[in-house]
Amino acid sequence: MAESVIDNSAELPVEKKTSKLAAVSKFRELGLLAFIVLLCIVVQTKNASFLTIGNLTDMVTNTAILSILALGMMLVLITRGIDLSIGSTLALSGMIVAQTVSVYSGLNPILAILMGTAIGIACGVVIGFLVAKIGILPIIATLAMMNIFRGLNYTVSDGQWISSYQMPASFVSIATSKIIGINTLVFIAIIIYITAFYFINHTRTGRQIYAVGSNPESAKVSGINQTKILLIVYSIMGGLSGLSGVLWVSKFASAQGDTASGYELTVIAACILGGVSIAGGSGKISGVLLGAFLLGILNNALPLMNVSPFWQMAIQGSIILIAVIINALVKRGVDRNNLLRRKI
Amino acid sequence: MTMAQKAIDQSEYVQRTLKDTQDFSWKKFFLQWEWLLILVFFLVLVINTNLSPFFLNGAGLRDATMIFLDKAFIVFPMVMIMILRDIDISVGSTVALSSVIMATLYNDFGLPMGAALGACLLVGALCGLVNGLLIVKFKELSAVIVTLGTMILYRGIAYIILEDQASGNFPAWFSFFGWGNIGGIPFILIVFAVLAVVFTLLLHKTTFGRQVFAMGNNTTASRFSGVQVDKVKVIVFTLAGIMAAITAIFLASRMGSTRPNVATMYELDVIAMVALGGISTAGGKGRMVGAIIAVFILGYLQYGLGLINIPSQTMLVITGLLLLAAVGIPKLNVSRKFKRFRRKQLE
Repeated sequence: MAESVIDNSAELPVEKKTSKLAAVSKFRELGLLAFIVLLCIVVQTKNASFLTIGNLTDMVTNTAILSILALGMMLVLITRGIDLSIGSTLALSGMIVAQTVSVYSGLNPILAILMGTAIGIACGVVIGFLVAKIGILPIIATLAMMNIFRGLNYTVSDGQWISSYQMPASFVSIATSKIIGINTLVFIAIIIYITAFYFINHTRTGRQIYAVGSNPESAKVSGINQTKILLIVYSIMGGLSGLSGVLWVSKFASAQGDTASGYELTVIAACILGGVSIAGGSGKISGVLLGAFLLGILNNALPLMNVSPFWQMAIQGSIILIAVIINALVKRGVDRNNLLRRKI
Repeated sequence: MTMAQKAIDQSEYVQRTLKDTQDFSWKKFFLQWEWLLILVFFLVLVINTNLSPFFLNGAGLRDATMIFLDKAFIVFPMVMIMILRDIDISVGSTVALSSVIMATLYNDFGLPMGAALGACLLVGALCGLVNGLLIVKFKELSAVIVTLGTMILYRGIAYIILEDQASGNFPAWFSFFGWGNIGGIPFILIVFAVLAVVFTLLLHKTTFGRQVFAMGNNTTASRFSGVQVDKVKVIVFTLAGIMAAITAIFLASRMGSTRPNVATMYELDVIAMVALGGISTAGGKGRMVGAIIAVFILGYLQYGLGLINIPSQTMLVITGLLLLAAVGIPKLNVSRKFKRFRRKQLE
């Protein structure tokens, strides 16, 4: 009796039963890339000025800030967190730096960038403390801090805008200047991406971030200091948003009370499109970069295709929902596949 | 007689009965979060009265109550959602979408106002239903991410409908919702009180309410005990949509018109009220009464701060700090107690 049972199980065509959805997951980035290429072709047929050098450089420059923020958000999402406060952090750091350069016009642009990053890190440390040490849910903690930073921003600015004529030329030129032939914003983004690639894939701390996200209990048992990792992750996120604040203010040449309000949703959308799981533990740099580019192309292409700006929000929302649903379906396929392949 | 039997006899001898209800103790009764809230409420009243001579003024207080109560309707279902260990950040967008559709149906499609009100409630319910169904059908997705998506989508649809315009011109009787009163009591307060009683009974005295608590404590266990977990969750999220639509009606009535950007960030105020009301973000714990007191604390606090000319931007900071304090302080307490407990166990 027992033998026949074993025989039956051996006869099952185990290897052949792989889900199609699971196969998709192996080529997720490729699929995203294919979608981007398809989108570009469609837009190009509607408006020939899309694939021109001028428009493409514009697009890459506009996507630089989004891609920097998406990188930080990816780390946060990997640890099962979420950060809704980055728009406010960005605005606060941008406002303080803009006020500083409007008073001390001789301030070196590099110092301004460092100052913005430091403000951002300070904001991030506060959130990291609330999440890691006190144990408040990330969404609640960052929702509260979003309002606190936004309120501080209004208080610091006293409701005033800092416009381009108040800023020294050296500061405004951060966004327009070039380093070895590449726009400074893009150059900074490239440096950050290379550093992050090394950090995430080749350092101990980088790998521990994934460990904490995919299974907090076993990470703890293996001796990973969860508090430290969370603090680091939220500080990186804060630092990147502070940096982006300076770049943002320099690019748009104005700092306002409501700068980048609601931008956190776009950043989270870029991550989700790039295949970062909101349940933590998974996410790739290449995916996030492609996700940010997809959104950047959409933002650039919709006006070119004469889509009303009032449609953009709804389109963005639908894309997020569709992306997360596809993600969920793909994950189901992978899980089913793993179960089928499991040796019993 | 064997050793084992002896042990059983002895255990019968010391057998204790487990009571299904705990003994009433005055100490426990007064050590509830709600008493602290009532204390804070009176503190707010006293401080405000001292800070501004205009605070304790019948008409002023009545008008303030009318203004902050509109978002308070969403607090009821949000309590249930947070007891379920979920969150809904799309409620502000639902308010905007349902009010925009109501105004458009009345102004551009010539529907009678009554029908437009019905449509408003229907749209709200539909928004909530979509949230609930997505969360239930795709268990891999957390409520955070689903409602984040629908938050952008619903407001986006509102922008598609009205673009950057405002829509108003409601019939005169419609302003009764926002400004009317029956025997000196604001109509909105009466509706709020009725709904408060209904929701308190629903949460604490019905099978449905007990199922919500059970799911918040352990969804898997409640499913195996025969609770239709998916159904309960969908109903709760639909209720949130309906309450958002009711908020939309009162808000549109008070403002006299509506725009796609109304009710932005309502979700923060609502979540702050719920958290302040002692509903645990870890789920399974909390009482409707607490949240209702918290509504009045936050409302009068903001009104009082407005009277002494504190700008609304500073109010953002204060709301945020209150939310952090409400969520953080019990955490500190619990963790310290837990550490003491662990130390005792180890000893």
